[in-house]
Amino acid sequence: MSEFKRQKLRSPAENRALVEASLRSRYRRERRFQGYGMASVLASVAFVLFFFVTIVSQGHSAFFQTYVKLDIAFDPAIIDPDGGRDPEALSSANYKKLVKQSLQNLFPDVSGRKETRVLTGMVSSGAVYTLREMVMDDPAIVGSTQAIWFPADDEVDMFFKGRMDVTGPEKKRRFKDDQIGFADALQAQGRIETRFNKIFFTAGDSRDPEMAGIRAAATGSIFMLLVTVLIAFPLGVAAAIYLEEFAPKNRWVDIIEVNINNLAAVPSIIYGLLGLAVFINFFGLPRSASFVGGLVLALMTMPTVIIASRSAIMAVPPSIREAALGLGASRVQTVTDHVLPLALPGMLTGAILGLARALGETAPLLMIGMVAFIVDVPQTPMDPSSALPVQIYLWADSPERAFVERTSAAIMVLLAFLLVMNAVAVWLRSRFERRW
Amino acid sequence: MRLSTILLIYAAILIAGYMVGRRKAATIGFAPGARTMHSLPAYHGYNVMLWGAIPALVALIAYFAFGDAFIISTVVNSLPEAVRSLPESQLHLIVNDIRNVAAGNAMGGQPDEIISAAADQLNSLRNQLSIGLGVAVLALAAVGCGVGFVRVGADARARNQVESIVVFCLLLAASIAVLTTIGILFSVLFEAIRFFQKVPLTEFLFGLNWSPQTAIREDQVGSSGSFGAVPLFTGTLMITGIAMLVAVPVGLMVAIYMAEYVSPRVRAFIKPLLELLAGIPTVVYGFFAALTVAPLLRNFGIDVGLEISSESALGAGLVMGIMILPFISSISDDVINAVPQGLRDGSYGLGATKSETIKRVILPAALPGIVGGILLAVSRAIGETMIVVMAAGLAANLTANPFEAVTTVTVQIVTLLVGDQEFDSPKTMAAFGLGLTLFIVTLMLNMVALQVVRRFREEYD
Repeated sequence: MSEFKRQKLRSPAENRALVEASLRSRYRRERRFQGYGMASVLASVAFVLFFFVTIVSQGHSAFFQTYVKLDIAFDPAIIDPDGGRDPEALSSANYKKLVKQSLQNLFPDVSGRKETRVLTGMVSSGAVYTLREMVMDDPAIVGSTQAIWFPADDEVDMFFKGRMDVTGPEKKRRFKDDQIGFADALQAQGRIETRFNKIFFTAGDSRDPEMAGIRAAATGSIFMLLVTVLIAFPLGVAAAIYLEEFAPKNRWVDIIEVNINNLAAVPSIIYGLLGLAVFINFFGLPRSASFVGGLVLALMTMPTVIIASRSAIMAVPPSIREAALGLGASRVQTVTDHVLPLALPGMLTGAILGLARALGETAPLLMIGMVAFIVDVPQTPMDPSSALPVQIYLWADSPERAFVERTSAAIMVLLAFLLVMNAVAVWLRSRFERRW
Repeated sequence: MRLSTILLIYAAILIAGYMVGRRKAATIGFAPGARTMHSLPAYHGYNVMLWGAIPALVALIAYFAFGDAFIISTVVNSLPEAVRSLPESQLHLIVNDIRNVAAGNAMGGQPDEIISAAADQLNSLRNQLSIGLGVAVLALAAVGCGVGFVRVGADARARNQVESIVVFCLLLAASIAVLTTIGILFSVLFEAIRFFQKVPLTEFLFGLNWSPQTAIREDQVGSSGSFGAVPLFTGTLMITGIAMLVAVPVGLMVAIYMAEYVSPRVRAFIKPLLELLAGIPTVVYGFFAALTVAPLLRNFGIDVGLEISSESALGAGLVMGIMILPFISSISDDVINAVPQGLRDGSYGLGATKSETIKRVILPAALPGIVGGILLAVSRAIGETMIVVMAAGLAANLTANPFEAVTTVTVQIVTLLVGDQEFDSPKTMAAFGLGLTLFIVTLMLNMVALQVVRRFREEYD
């Protein structure tokens, strides 16, 4: 108070003058502060746009693939020298030679081992499997000549998509002059076409970018989400019901509450360590199985489900419960017949958001060995499998230029999944939300 | 007996129990001149079912928990004395051989006689035990249902019994949270303790040199393996610090601007955009950091004459900051909105401008909540894995230069545990040591943060 006493009392006019003198700088500060705020918001929005533009511009081309048309002569002398059409002989025949011959027919002047190898390298090494499959399906085509479209090699594909740097001295380039020559010649003959990249959605992982797809990873992710939702949703809802409706005020319940809040903030990699130590080393469950991944993600998602379900239950007004109890329903009946149906949309919304987080989770899956190179699409949750985010991680590490494009495309697929899940959650909330 | 058959018959018995129990209750209850039943018929049905279900379930659980161990110990006990006296680890290998042979995938030719005999014994024991299990489960289920059925009557308090079991099951579900924490603690602690037996705790916490390669042969050069984790801690702190430098000011300003300045229409447009950031998986941020931000930074460094590593702490930190940003802004938004309107009105009434009100009234009032949110964000940044795995380095550098590559605790956990590993080497155990450190640090941060936030909420509720 002493400070106030020492000050002289000012007249209103003096006060007014003082305030007005300071107003300009105060308003300037106000505008500056507002500018900082707007700059922050704009920077965030700009980042969002930059991010999506980068991903889409890198990834959109992966949905298309360059194909090369070759006239393959199914020469019986190469495929089936014995003439017995024995399936075993057919399956182990030298199909590579067919591709090579067909390309050599197109470019008769090419000779020498090195150049021939470059020439055959124009077509994906997966062409061999296509040919074998065709012959195994219908041995009658042996002896005929057919025009077949093969996926081009990833470098050729990149070249036609304009993603291969062809300026500068040849020595420094990955894509050499003779490759450019072959590619241009093939295109001049109308043997190059860009088509929708079906392989990307139907194949498993591969060392060759043009043969690599997300099917195996996506299947693994779906299995994992199924396991997660089957475990985390019922248990989470049950836990939430107990804590909101039945829990007495005692120590054990306090401990449970503190635990749930802490678990929600434990780093996901710690859950991976738990999965490794408990599920794999202690219970002996198989490594890399999507079932184990689902278990780990379920434990990780459960706190989220519990917290969301609790707020959904809390939003049901007490009058509903009192009315049910007043009509003679027991507490369990009140919950199952009245509270639960009213809270269910909110619970589902929370669960879907939790699942969306689980779908994008990678770190715990690395711990339980889901980083394997998976070619075959898993058939059951116990098969070794990968997951979409893990596939992204693996491809992001690959040196081939074409994998950058495919990684971005896989990211787009993953983001599309997440967007759909979030949209469903938002729709559920707006459709069923009640204001009491 | 196959397990699936047992489970199928078990389920059939339970359903039958429900039906007959319910029918009996209905016949008693709806008989002319009958007394009022205490419980509805369906509850009697459920009660009969539970009478049959629970004892059999206990038997099933006991089988899964102890059956295999029992069989193995019986088989080991009947092995010849010479084999049994082998040291633990060799015995373990033999048991594994026996299991493999019993499962029919003998590796490398003809197994020797003792093992194949033991495998036969194992298989026959398994057979016997599964038959025993089947008989026990089905008998328990049938007898239990029978007992329940006999107890159906007008006075039986079936509903109360069923409901108390339901509530007990709900309690069990809630207790899983505690179980998970215990599971985490033990799985990490167990290996970590073994690690600290080999590497003293003081070396781990204060050692300046981290190179976890251990010798494959005794006489190998330069592979002593040193486990001083200080470079990892400083690396983690540096990246976290950079992330916070980005996320806290920007996130806070975004929250303030959105809460105090922006019109509802603009808000409805921008908010979902920012929430989009929160929904992006961290592996995507990692990809972005490694393939877009890092080259940008390096080229920028070349332009201005700085040497910026392509795995610099700066790149990882920047992207992590963007990842954390929506988290900070959404928590701050909540907290700022929780400040009572009266405080704002009072400040405006005294002639303060908007920014003065925010700086001198709202922020001080919201400070505890914001600090709590920042602590939570720090714990997130410390535990964040994918961004740093993809964008930060592997080599443990003790440096304060953000343009150099540093490594973090989580990166090391991943590199130590991914790929082929032997479970007993100090290398893998070191990962659990790091995991324990990470768990303790984040747990403490969370506890403090939650406490602070709760205190704040109570103040204004």
